[in-house]
Amino acid sequence: MRLIADVILLLGAIFCFLGALGLIRMPDIYNRIQAGTKAATLGSIAIILGVGLLYPEWWTKLLCIIGFLLFTSPVSSSVLSRAVYLSGIKPWTKPSKQQKPLNTSGEKT
Amino acid sequence: MTFNLLEQIAVGFIGAALLLGLIRLIIGPDAPDRVISADTMSVTITAGLTVFAAYFNSPLFLDVALVYGAISFIGIIAISRVIEGGRS
Repeated sequence: MRLIADVILLLGAIFCFLGALGLIRMPDIYNRIQAGTKAATLGSIAIILGVGLLYPEWWTKLLCIIGFLLFTSPVSSSVLSRAVYLSGIKPWTKPSKQQKPLNTSGEKT
Repeated sequence: MTFNLLEQIAVGFIGAALLLGLIRLIIGPDAPDRVISADTMSVTITAGLTVFAAYFNSPLFLDVALVYGAISFIGIIAISRVIEGGRS
């Protein structure tokens, strides 16, 4: 029983770490909202489930925390991304190859 | 309870996640980046407090985690209203 709890706890911790890594790695603010919120929410719920398997007598409070997290985390990220979009920040797009003006082969166009 | 190796590795990953969030909180180019970093860190801290409760074997820290989550949610909503700006 403790091994299952440890594996779930470790999986949740790895998901939290990957969410924070996406927070560093992503190029834009919308991508950072996406990476941070979803991965960190899944990781936190997995960690709380692992603690609930370690201590089976704490289920009620842990279920309260999981429900609260499931309610508030998407709401907070949605409100935040809406505020960022309304404040006028454009989404990042990949720089296209067609806008390179240089003609390296020497041909006249 | 004393943690075994897998649980110690999990605590290390949570600490590394908080450290990466702190780096983005420091070097973030704008205010919304810092707010997103604080949001992710608060969700991670809510999970970390339950691990804290498991380490010290006392369910009082679960209440602390719940209240911390509520207060951070209200704070994120308030700051995003400030970022949105101009509309009451």
